[in-house]
Amino acid sequence: MENTLEKLQEKFSLIFSVCDHSKIVNAIVKKSPEEIIDEITKSGLRGRGGAGFPTGIKWKAAKEAESHQKYVICNADEGEPGTFKDRKILRDHSELVLLGMCAAAKAIGATTGYIYLRGEYAFLKPQIEEKIKEYNELFKKHSIDFTVRLRMGSGAYVCGEESALIESIEGNRGEPRNKPPFPVTRGLFNFPTVVNNVETLAYAAIIVDEGASKFASIGTKDSKGSKMFSISGDAKIKGVFELPLGMKVQELVDLFSDGDTKAVQIGGASGFCVPRKLFKERIIGFEGIPTGGSIILFNSSRSMYRVLMNYLDFFKEESCGQCTPCRVGCQQLYLGIKAIHSGQKPLQYLHELQRLASTMAITAKCGLGQSVANPFISISEHFKEEICY
Amino acid sequence: MKTVMLTINDKKFEVPDNYTVLQAAKEMGIQIPTLCYHDDLCVAGNCRVCLVEQKGMRALQTSCTLQVAPGMTIYTNTRRVREVRKTIIELLLSEHADNCTSCYKNGNCELQQLAKEYMVDGNKFIKTIRYWNIDDSSPSIIKDDSKCIKCTRCVRTCEQLQSVSALYSAHKGDHTKIATFFDKPLDEVICTNCGQCINRCPTGALIEKNYIQEVWDALDNEEKFVVVQTAPAVRVSIAEALGIGVGKISTGKLVAALRRLGFDAVLDTDFTADLTIIEEGNEFLHRVTKAIRDKQNVALPMTTSCSPGWIKFIEHKYPDLLANVSTCKSPQQMFGALAKTFYAQKRNIDPARMVTVSIMPCTAKKYEANRPEMYSSGYKDVDYVLTTRELALMIQQAGIDFEKLPEEDYDSIMGKSTGAAVIFGATGGVMEAALRTVYEIVTGKEVPFQKLNITPVRGMEGVRAASITINGTKPEYSFLDGVTVKVAVAHGLANAARLMDEVRAGKSSYHFIEIMACPGGCIGGGGQPIPTNLDIRKKRAEAIYEADMQLPIRKSHENPEIKQIYQEFLKEPLGHLSHTLLHTHYSKRL
Repeated sequence: MENTLEKLQEKFSLIFSVCDHSKIVNAIVKKSPEEIIDEITKSGLRGRGGAGFPTGIKWKAAKEAESHQKYVICNADEGEPGTFKDRKILRDHSELVLLGMCAAAKAIGATTGYIYLRGEYAFLKPQIEEKIKEYNELFKKHSIDFTVRLRMGSGAYVCGEESALIESIEGNRGEPRNKPPFPVTRGLFNFPTVVNNVETLAYAAIIVDEGASKFASIGTKDSKGSKMFSISGDAKIKGVFELPLGMKVQELVDLFSDGDTKAVQIGGASGFCVPRKLFKERIIGFEGIPTGGSIILFNSSRSMYRVLMNYLDFFKEESCGQCTPCRVGCQQLYLGIKAIHSGQKPLQYLHELQRLASTMAITAKCGLGQSVANPFISISEHFKEEICY
Repeated sequence: MKTVMLTINDKKFEVPDNYTVLQAAKEMGIQIPTLCYHDDLCVAGNCRVCLVEQKGMRALQTSCTLQVAPGMTIYTNTRRVREVRKTIIELLLSEHADNCTSCYKNGNCELQQLAKEYMVDGNKFIKTIRYWNIDDSSPSIIKDDSKCIKCTRCVRTCEQLQSVSALYSAHKGDHTKIATFFDKPLDEVICTNCGQCINRCPTGALIEKNYIQEVWDALDNEEKFVVVQTAPAVRVSIAEALGIGVGKISTGKLVAALRRLGFDAVLDTDFTADLTIIEEGNEFLHRVTKAIRDKQNVALPMTTSCSPGWIKFIEHKYPDLLANVSTCKSPQQMFGALAKTFYAQKRNIDPARMVTVSIMPCTAKKYEANRPEMYSSGYKDVDYVLTTRELALMIQQAGIDFEKLPEEDYDSIMGKSTGAAVIFGATGGVMEAALRTVYEIVTGKEVPFQKLNITPVRGMEGVRAASITINGTKPEYSFLDGVTVKVAVAHGLANAARLMDEVRAGKSSYHFIEIMACPGGCIGGGGQPIPTNLDIRKKRAEAIYEADMQLPIRKSHENPEIKQIYQEFLKEPLGHLSHTLLHTHYSKRL
């Protein structure tokens, strides 16, 4: 089994393989903004933060936005419970991230970039600062007008949401903005801004260097490329692995299961729960279950009621609190499930809560409130008995 | 102006391209409910009750934030929209105290109105009220977080309109609350008591501290002689507070209502507004004389001192400029000090058994009346301050049919006033009144504007400036001949701050500045009827200027009772007694 995993990793390893950084810089210098965007678009790269927006389209929109000032932001506010792959990339391959930012800057015409580093990753700060210094000089040496700066987050989950992140960099309370307008037209300090996840930028650097075809040849039609996965929970091997997108849940379970997996949570607390009976059907990728990379395995010793309560407890605290459906909805889901479990509310109340979760999905201001429905509905539907009794 | 075509509820409309869907719908006569939205404030998009369906979009969109776009298709009244709105109102109610019948805002609460329209079942969700502690530390404002829906209208008001920022969103998630600095009581933070937050709070989370019971107690006590004074701006808003239409002048009915309530003397703050003009006008001339003729270093520009919210603001934020503020007390406090001295002597009443009540458009007046300096009569100069809204409630409690009341006149003495005093109620009014008098003192001629109407200082722009060149002075003011006096008017404290920043930087070219803490001046005061918006404030201001035009005397120095009080009591402007009773000092705060 482990042999298979090793083989897979070897075959699809892009970020994890050693690459020549000066070659990437030269590729960025040589290529025109149009060529960079073209390669990214052709590669089929989609945002690795979870939402999966096509990176080429994002960069193109920011390029076309008319402004004398533009920004590139690296979203290193990795906060999704169960994910730690950005930490590994930042620790071991931060050059790729900086080069990805440089490529984005060249593509859209930005001269300043920010790395927004999660507060809890403060231990990485000295190392990243050193790299930033080194690369800022390297960019200068190659006559690239681009400077990267570091901003520390303060530890709010919502600041991973791009507009809340922008507010936070500006020195405001970390609250999502109303969208539209999107950051590509009005972002940091109201200038066009590209916000990309750590992993997305690392892949972008590789694609600019190697061309789109190698990346595009991996994965499926809608889910191209390799992807970093954080495997945790009741797994026999845990850690960060680079694997192709588009795998069946079953394939992952086969690779990592302790032999007793009853459910897999894909995409962390805000993702979907897949029960054993659907392992063979569900695809990990944009045609199936999109994910930022968190995969949590649960074996039969786990109470799915407690899993769900754990998530809801997290959300009711991490909601920024400004919009009604998210602030109040999260509390109501938490209290409601508790009340059903203890018998204070009837079983039918679960329908009311599921309706509420669906309402949150279409009414909340940002992805946080909208995605609470994912774990809530998937867990409470597939593990109703565990929730109710 | 560019326009776009869009479809709302299957009908095509053409609207300006800078509109939001909410504005477009409103223009088409389609109502969309709102809570966090307010005409005076920036858009927040927090409450989510204004959600609509946009064709092609998975999620619903907040119509207050959504810009119109060509070919856009919007539905405002689908089943999905109605159900979602209802759920949101139910969610808001789950974290809202449900003691509506005992709430001061009962019947004038936007959440209550929506709950009624959407027929919500308030018991559907689990109650989650977290904050029960009511902050009643402030003499002006009560903050009850159990009724707060976190719409942030108060936060935006305090920050944008007033640049005070006493309130902000604190914590996150289920701990979210609208808090003060370190959650300190309101009387310990930088708050000007202006009450603009109250005017925009959609529920009863922010209300004025009411003194209705105390006033009833005084009225019921036969030992007490209860004197009431009414501020200029109340006469144009009391009818509105009673639901009888915006911008109606009802001075006579106001007087009649107060008499029916049992006040022993119904007098007018306008009288002391006229007095303020005499004192403040002379103070201004005194400063200008020193500066121009004697080349002395005196604090100019001089700023007005009528607005207690403004006074507290400058004490907190520009304490280095306190010398620029006129030392005149506000008309309310001048009135209190004279009521318990001059008036008490004339009517032979023991001031110890006198209770002075003022009806004010303002919540900061409650604070002002409680300032420790305001005891110059030997007693508390003003005992109780009621807002326009509180008076309206008392009139209702007493079963008085306001519309059927006859028009009655104020009692004398201290009941007579002029048009100059009435316009104190609108932004720019004090300046206009002062100029009418000062110009005439200096030149012996009327101020050179048509019918005394100094229109450049009128209006609703945040800061307005004017200049008047003095021509043909009396001999004793010859040093002012040909001098151009520059004046400015600001309303809303954010605008005041703009002017004060200039003064602090030494770049201000003005001689005299009028500042009112509230948008629109007193007609937009924190104690005025709710709701408020620019249109409403304009109508109230129009009524103020109309009231001025209707009065036979329109210059403060021509008020016969003012002449009388100087003859019999005060002797001269800025004299010894004036300094004791009518002037004050300020102190640096925090």
